[in-house]
Amino acid sequence: MSRTIRYREALNEALREELARDESVVLMGEDIGVFNGAFKVTEGLLAEFGERRVRDTPIAENTIVGVGLGAAMVGLRPVVELMTINFSLLAMDQIVNHAAQMHFMFGGQLRAPMVIRMPQGAGHQLGPTHSHSWEALFHHVPGLLVAAPSTPADAKGLLKASIRSDDPVVFIEHEHLYGQRGEVPDLDTDHVVELGRAAIRRAGTDITLIGISRQALVAWRAADLLADTHGISAEVIDPRTLRPLDLDTILTSVRKTGRCVIVEEGWPNGGIGATLSALISEQAFAALRAPVARVTGADVPMPYARSLERAAFPQESDVVRVARATCEAPARG
Amino acid sequence: MADHPLPDAGVAHRWLQSMLLIRRFEQRASELYAAGRIAGFLHLATGEEAAIVGSVGALRDGDYLLSTYRAQAHALARGTAPGAVMAELMGRVDGLSRGRGGALHMADPAVRFMGGYGIVGGHLPIAAGIAMAADHRGLDDVVLCHFGDGAVNQGTFGETLNLAALWRLPMVLLATNNRAGSGAADPESTATDLLERARGFGAAGLRCDGMDVIDTYNVVAEALRVARRERRPVIVEALVQRARGHSAADPEDAPGDEEQRALRRGDPIATFAARLIAERVMTEEDRGAFIAAAVAAVDGAVAFAEASPEPDPATLYDHVLVP
Repeated sequence: MSRTIRYREALNEALREELARDESVVLMGEDIGVFNGAFKVTEGLLAEFGERRVRDTPIAENTIVGVGLGAAMVGLRPVVELMTINFSLLAMDQIVNHAAQMHFMFGGQLRAPMVIRMPQGAGHQLGPTHSHSWEALFHHVPGLLVAAPSTPADAKGLLKASIRSDDPVVFIEHEHLYGQRGEVPDLDTDHVVELGRAAIRRAGTDITLIGISRQALVAWRAADLLADTHGISAEVIDPRTLRPLDLDTILTSVRKTGRCVIVEEGWPNGGIGATLSALISEQAFAALRAPVARVTGADVPMPYARSLERAAFPQESDVVRVARATCEAPARG
Repeated sequence: MADHPLPDAGVAHRWLQSMLLIRRFEQRASELYAAGRIAGFLHLATGEEAAIVGSVGALRDGDYLLSTYRAQAHALARGTAPGAVMAELMGRVDGLSRGRGGALHMADPAVRFMGGYGIVGGHLPIAAGIAMAADHRGLDDVVLCHFGDGAVNQGTFGETLNLAALWRLPMVLLATNNRAGSGAADPESTATDLLERARGFGAAGLRCDGMDVIDTYNVVAEALRVARRERRPVIVEALVQRARGHSAADPEDAPGDEEQRALRRGDPIATFAARLIAERVMTEEDRGAFIAAAVAAVDGAVAFAEASPEPDPATLYDHVLVP
């Protein structure tokens, strides 16, 4: 059985259940305790688990991540919250030079079982330093796992799996999704979603749409429009995690449809779409009936004004337009 | 140095043996580096042996140690097998990090040596995290984290000290101050005294003569006691004079060369050994035997390393993720 709850509530449930299940889980972050978290994801957890388990930290992102890492190396399972993905840049030394390489650089002797949570994304007019989408930055780094859930059920199940992972996980939430509702299994089930398994959100035969983070939902809605209005049957894939990546599910779909559009909110250069497009071209070229297309965030810093911000990240209409053009492209002969 | 009474003979001998092992090890490593048989970086701790052996000697078995990129010396002081250290320097599969880390990245968790780190100041928050975990579990283990004076201007220094004071973390941060962060003179990069800074962050601050193994031991033992009992970070500034450049590849004629030569005459190992002989805690024969043992141990380490193969390229992807 399941219930309908919000994405932020699903995350909160995951944290609460893992705190209760495993004494070694601790939460750390700016304003996560007394203030319940900038986006209220940690609401009530300080009161329930106390300040030893739920630690408000100073504003010092690099050091917060580093402290979590040190604690992870000796057996705790810290979940560090960064207030936005933009602030993660202050912690890049600890995330990339240290957490991602901790297991490797000491020849497998040490581990970094920690989760670094951060929300990304545009839509709330937060301007250039609070609303970018940077899954591609972390996707670049070996030694990290990268999750980017789009539904409440995945938010909960992937966060629980991430906390139990022995590798460091960059867990990318989306600011726009915190208030979105969705079906989540009942509280009496231990709802864990394995890292590295894509979800097929909608079956289809004419084209494959791959959506990353919030854009998985945009692609899903675009697929409904394509079916209702244009007679195009689109299959929608949400990879859910980018490291590990479930490439098999993507390739199987593309081999069936012969066409693919990748939708992401991040910048186009070196983006997730660029990588997936290369992988598809390398491994399923013979099946392609049209070039792999991308719908990405605009190649600009995220602007403040509503009109500009809206133009800077993909909308359903963009996905419909590019999908139709891809379907109308003459088949390769 | 004569101010402090000597420890008992067994301890004194162990300290001298440990310092001799590090000195001999680094002499051989330096030769191997010059001969191209050790690649990459090699940052020697020659002249800092007393600061390392004295401070590490003050640790309990359950305490943790982190170090800078002069990690070979700290590993040896903590009791890691010299062969595994040398094999890592030579990039061999039996190295401490199985050839993945090199001189900058060696750890031996079995003796709670939690790593040498290559980013200046990058290990400070990690050390605080280890202290947090010990404190969180109600254990009385303390973390000793060595760093160079060059790290005090990194953001992590202030961030870590603030957090450690705020959370009352049991850690001792030992600054090996050679007054020459990577070659620059100290006053040119650092506006205030280190211990003043420590106090400003709410940490206790102590200073020791890092050229004197007994003084270092005494001061660090006191710092560990304060950290363990009072649950607070303590900064110890160990004044040292390294006898070589920053890395084995750097020029040795750093600013203040004359001072360096003078301090080289006050070599911490020679000074300590002379006192042990003068006070009849050690004979000349003992000293000869200790030196011979260090030479033999390092010969054995080199032989072990040379017998170890380079890692198989087929294992390139091992250890990226936990299996």
